[in-house]
Order: sequence, then structure tokens, then C-alpha cells
Amino acid sequence: MRSLSVVVRTACDIFAWFLVIFGANIIIHGDVTPGGGFQGGAVVATFLSFLLVAYGGKKLLSWVNVGIFNGLVILGLLAFILLGFWGFPNTFLYNFLALSYEIVHATGHGVIPPSGTIALMDIAVGLQVAGALSLIVFYMFKGIRLFREVRFEEELGHDR
Amino acid sequence: MNWNEHLPALLLAVPLFGAFIAPVVCLFGKTTRNILMTGITFITLIIALLLWKNVLAGGPAIYVMGGESFNIALPSGMALPIRIILEADAFSAFMVLCGAIAAFAGALFSTNYMEKFSGMGRFTSLYFLLTVGMLGMMVTGDLFNFFIFIEIASIASFGLIAFWRDKPEAIEASLKYALVSQVGSMVFLIAAGCLYGKYNALNMAAVGSLLQFGTMEKLVLVFFVGSLAMKCGAFPMHMWLPDAYAEAPSGVTCLLVAVSQASLYGLMRVCFSLYGINLGGSFIPWMIIAMGLASMFFGVSMAVVQHEIKRLIGYHSVSQVGYMLLGLGVGLLVLKDARSMAEYGFTAMKGGIFHIFNYTMYKALLFLAAGAIYYATGKRDLNQLGGLARRMPFTTFMFVIAAAAISGLPPFNGFVSKLLIYESVFAVHPALTVVALVTSVLTLASFVKVFQTAFLGPEKNALVSTREVPAGMLLGMGVLTVAVLGASLFPAWTLSNLVEPAAKALVDQAGYIGAVMGGGL
Amino acid sequence: MIGNAPFFVVGILFLAALVAIFMEKNLIKIAIAISIISSAVNLFLVALGYRTGATIPIHYLAGEGTVMVLPTPQAMTLTAIVIALATTALLLSIIMLVYRHYGTLNVDEIRRLRG
Repeated sequence: MRSLSVVVRTACDIFAWFLVIFGANIIIHGDVTPGGGFQGGAVVATFLSFLLVAYGGKKLLSWVNVGIFNGLVILGLLAFILLGFWGFPNTFLYNFLALSYEIVHATGHGVIPPSGTIALMDIAVGLQVAGALSLIVFYMFKGIRLFREVRFEEELGHDR
Repeated sequence: MNWNEHLPALLLAVPLFGAFIAPVVCLFGKTTRNILMTGITFITLIIALLLWKNVLAGGPAIYVMGGESFNIALPSGMALPIRIILEADAFSAFMVLCGAIAAFAGALFSTNYMEKFSGMGRFTSLYFLLTVGMLGMMVTGDLFNFFIFIEIASIASFGLIAFWRDKPEAIEASLKYALVSQVGSMVFLIAAGCLYGKYNALNMAAVGSLLQFGTMEKLVLVFFVGSLAMKCGAFPMHMWLPDAYAEAPSGVTCLLVAVSQASLYGLMRVCFSLYGINLGGSFIPWMIIAMGLASMFFGVSMAVVQHEIKRLIGYHSVSQVGYMLLGLGVGLLVLKDARSMAEYGFTAMKGGIFHIFNYTMYKALLFLAAGAIYYATGKRDLNQLGGLARRMPFTTFMFVIAAAAISGLPPFNGFVSKLLIYESVFAVHPALTVVALVTSVLTLASFVKVFQTAFLGPEKNALVSTREVPAGMLLGMGVLTVAVLGASLFPAWTLSNLVEPAAKALVDQAGYIGAVMGGGL
Repeated sequence: MIGNAPFFVVGILFLAALVAIFMEKNLIKIAIAISIISSAVNLFLVALGYRTGATIPIHYLAGEGTVMVLPTPQAMTLTAIVIALATTALLLSIIMLVYRHYGTLNVDEIRRLRG
């Protein structure tokens, strides 16, 4: 994919990291707005596709380190399952950080009670989805180059 | 902390944990990966055995995910259950046991079979996700959660069937399966949404207690039966099954057999525990019986002409699913009639349920043996094989046991379950038994052909250097052989301790509903 | 009758996409039809929860005696959208690999597994 004109590239320079911040906002406020882990993660993943469209494939391949996205995926997954196991003397996936309605209104913590593990699980899922969707976009782009060369990577499995 | 209470959740949490740490652990080399795969599936098998013992002793086990305590389903006087509730009664525990044994055998087999492949970290992750999807389908008590686990299992199996990505046939098989499976899942979701819209509840026990049979419920039942029968490979929608089973790596096929049985479990759960006494006439049971007959006949007639081993065994899968649908359909037909139920209906159900266990064990063993032949010789076509019995004695022995079990030869377990089905189905209409017997004879003919061509006879020149397969694969096949022989040598014990509680739990709709609705404060 | 309009749209979309899956020859068009079926089912689920004249289902700072839209179908729809995304991504990757091996996207020509 060729890179687009200088107007698009400048707009990309200005707005690309803003997409990440906006996505993080959607992830963190998951319990009080329509939003949450998956939606915010999908917005964060548009960062990579914006870079791909604006700068073109060759430059993107020289910038991208796949290990970061794999790391995000693994971090999100492990955090989620750890939060699940932490509720264990009660049940699996128990919300051990939530306060009940009476306590919140009595102490005046605010109008909305803290959501406890829901917010933490939102962040974990958001990290994981961001990493995973970015990887999907990246590998689908790499797959286009399969058609230019006959054998792109040798597969070590039993062939045929 | 009392571990016994948390068993249904641990059954799902342990393989899920395995799936999530697999990408990390597989960076440390091949031995660590093998230990992870066999260790987690072994722990899952232990949990399945403990759950089964628990359920036999104490009745249906419920578990409220994320609630204050594991058994408060209706907190502080609510009329409908909140949260997702897992409910394991004796039939679920029986299916979980079948699935866990198949997963363990497949994992042992894959430690050696998948040596030359790259990307094994992803394979392990997908394998555990497929296990989670299958086990989740079997223990959940919630319609939408059932859809979620169907989709988890389907997505994992798309990836696993296409894992051998240099072969075009594998990719084509995965594509065909994906297209058919997606349509089926969407139809299931529409049916579940219709029931939610009318009764404002997603929990199976809650909907079961509120259900009144009308036109919409009849349509919803047709949708459920259609989509779940598609996923088990019953007749009109079986086209994906031989391709998908043949082109997947053999350890995965072993698990895919158990996954189709989970869809059969869903079908039975919807018909017996959700609708139950509200089933409304005999249209649906006769439709299930007709699908069973057609699957039996068309499956075996297509199988006799095949010359590739795994495809042949895949077509036999279609015909064996017909046996189970026949037995359970007859049980459904006489559900409201207490006298016929006691005479032949209950025996038909016992036969169908016992056949589920036998089928999972011997079919998985057949696929693993075919995989072992391919690993040792590099060929799958029967025209190019011959005289392997001298070179691979253990594989031959286990293949003989599995082939005798599927053909219904006494004293193996296939004979016991088929006999129960024959004698009880005869009371409904003799023609049904005739079709079942003809299918059994053709199955025997087909497997005699396979055994004689592949194992007996003169040795071909190209196969002189074949050796027995490595120990991991033999252990995997050995686990399933022990299960088949155990059910063959102790049929009375198996029938009274494994099958009869499952059949009683399936018929007992009130007990299923009462475990959730009557529980809590 | 006008209140049932979303359900008519669901029916039309579902049937049109189902016909397209059986009749179309190009794999990408079949994948698009599957995506349309998912959208139809999601619309059905969201439309089930609507109550006439109701407000958003947030409990705090809500007025007195208001009727709220049901939140459960909204959760069901979100989950169904996520699943449809994963399946579409996998389906498109498989179609890319099919094109690499077979050189064509026509369903009639991808038939090496026969019989």
C-alpha cells in the first residue's frame, strides 16, 4: 500500500495518539457510560489501521514491533483470569471490591457506587482487545504480500 | 474453602486458565508445552470425575457465577433467577466425563503428532478454548450462555481444522464448516431471543417452568432442533462433517467428536428439560426419529464406497449419530405415556445415552488410530496401504478393538447399546429396527474391508521402513482403549451407575427446574 | 402496526441474506451476507427490549416513576456483536488463504473435496 498525500500524513501525526487516549477514556468509564472493554479496545485498535492507511505498508513494517501487541494480549488475558480466581472463597468472578448501596449513601461517596472489579475487568479486556484487533489488522495486511511471492514463509508442517 | 461446592466453576476455569497462559508457557520450549497440555487436561479429567461422584450422591449441582454464595439462585425473594447459573445434573456429569476423557486422549496424542508444525503455542491455546466451549455447553443452565459456548467452540474449531495451512483441502473444509456453522448459530440465537421476548427469562429452568405451548413455541422448537442437529451432523445438514473430521489433525478430530456430542446434549436438554411435558404432540419426536433413520442409512451407504481412511470413518460418524437420535427420539415419543415409558421408552433412552458414551470412546480411538497410520506411513489412501500388522502391533490391536466395538460385535460395548436400542425401538415399529440392523451389517462390512486392506495382507514396497508410533500417541490411544474395554467387561455396572442416573435425570423435568427455582433464600 | 416495523425489517434482512448465501457465487459476497444476518439478529434482540415512552436504563439520577428500557437485550447484543466480529475476522482470513491456494473466489470451483 502506498502512502497518501502530505495532508493525510500531517493529520495522522496530529490525531493518531489522540485515538489511543479517546479509546482509553471509553475503556475506563465502562460502568457509567455505554462503552467498556470491547468498545474502547476497538477504538484503540484503529490507531494501527490509521497509521497503515496514512503511511503505507513498507514504513509500517519498519515501525511495528509485534511483541508489544502480543504483550498487551497476554497482559489483558492474565489480569482477567486472575481477577476471576481472586473471588474464590465466594464464587468464581465474584465482585470482591464492590460496596453495597447502604454504605455508599451513608458515607456520601457520591451518587454512583464504585463498581469494583467491573472497572478492573474492563481495563483488562480493553488492553486485550486493543492488542488482538491490532494484530488482526497487521497480519491481514501481511497476508496481502502472500500473493506477490510464491512462497512467503516455509511452513514446517507435513506438506500435502 | 470447600472444593466440592466449586467444582462446576473449576471445570471451566482450569482449561480457560490453560488457554490464557499457553502463549507465555510455549515460549519456554517443547517439553514445557507438552507438560502444560497433558497436565491441564488431566486436572480437568480429575475434576470431571469428582463432579460426577458429587452429582450422583447429592442431586443436581448448581453454581451461581459471581454471586455471594454458590447456591443462592433467587436472592431475597426474587421471582426469576438472576446471574448466569451453571447446573450439572446426572446427564450433564455423564457428558462431561465423556468429553474430559476425549480431551485428555487428544492432548496426549498431540504431544507427538504435531511435532513438525510451527505455531504450537496458538494450537495449545485453541485446543483449550475448544475444551472450554465443549464443557461449557454441557454444564450451563442458561440459553444465551449456551449460545456463547457454542460460538467459542465453533471459532476454536475453525482455526484448528484449518491448522494444516499448507494443504488446500484443510482450508476448504474449514471454510465449508464455517459457512454452515454460522447460519446455524444465528438461527439458534433468534430462537433464544424469541423465548426471552415472551417470558423475560434466559435461564433454562425459569423458561421451563413458565412455558406454555403455542404456535410461537412450536416454531422456536423447530429452529432449535434444526440448528442443533446441524451441529451434530444429522442427515440433511451433514455435508461438512466428513470433510472437517478428515482434514483436521487427528488429536483435534478426537476432541471434535466430543464437541458434536455436546450439541446432541443441547438438543436433548431443550426437548426434555425445557419443553418436557409441554412438547405438544408427536411431530417433533417423529421428525427426530426420521432424521436418525436417514442419517444411519445415508451415512453408511456413503461410507462403504470411500477409499480414504479418515473420510470413511467420518461418514460412519454420521450414521452413528443416527442411532443416538433414534433411541432418544423414541424416548421423547412416549414421554407422556407412563406405561409405554416403563415398557420400552426408558430402555430406548438408556440405549441412546449408553451409545453416546460408547460412540465417543470408540470413534475417537478410530480417528487416533487413523492418525497413527498417517504419521507412520505418510499415506491415507487405502489403495496404497497394506500389511501394517507386522510393523505396528499395538496400533493394530487397538484398531481391532475399536472396529469390533463400532460394528456391534459381542462382547464389546457397541453390542450392548445397540441391543438396547433394537429391542426397544421394535415396539414402536418393526421397520425402524430393520433399518438399524442393516446399518450395523454394512458398518461391519466396511470395517472388515478397512482392516483387511490396511493391516493384513502382503506388505507394499513403499512401506517397508514403517515403525511403531511414539509413546505419547500410544498412551493417548491406550486411555481410550481402557475406557472401551472397561465398558465392555463391566456392562451391568456401567449401565446402573453411569447410564441409569443420567436417563432418570433427563426424564425428570421437575427435578431440573426445582434445583434452581426452589433454591436460594 | 407501526410499532412492529423493526421486526419486519429484521425479517426482510434475514430472508434476503439467507437467499444470498445460497445463491451467490463469490465468497466475499457470502461473507457479507453472513454479516448481514448477524446485524438482523442483533437488531431483533435490541428491538425486543423497547418499552413505549421509556428512558435509558440507568438507575441513578433517574426521575420518579419512569419506565425503563430493558438492559438485558442490550448486553446480549453487545456479546453477539463481539462474537460476530471474531468470526468475520477468521472467515476473511480463511478466504484469503483459499484464494492463495486455489486462485479463484468462485464457490463452484473450490471443490477438491468431493464424494
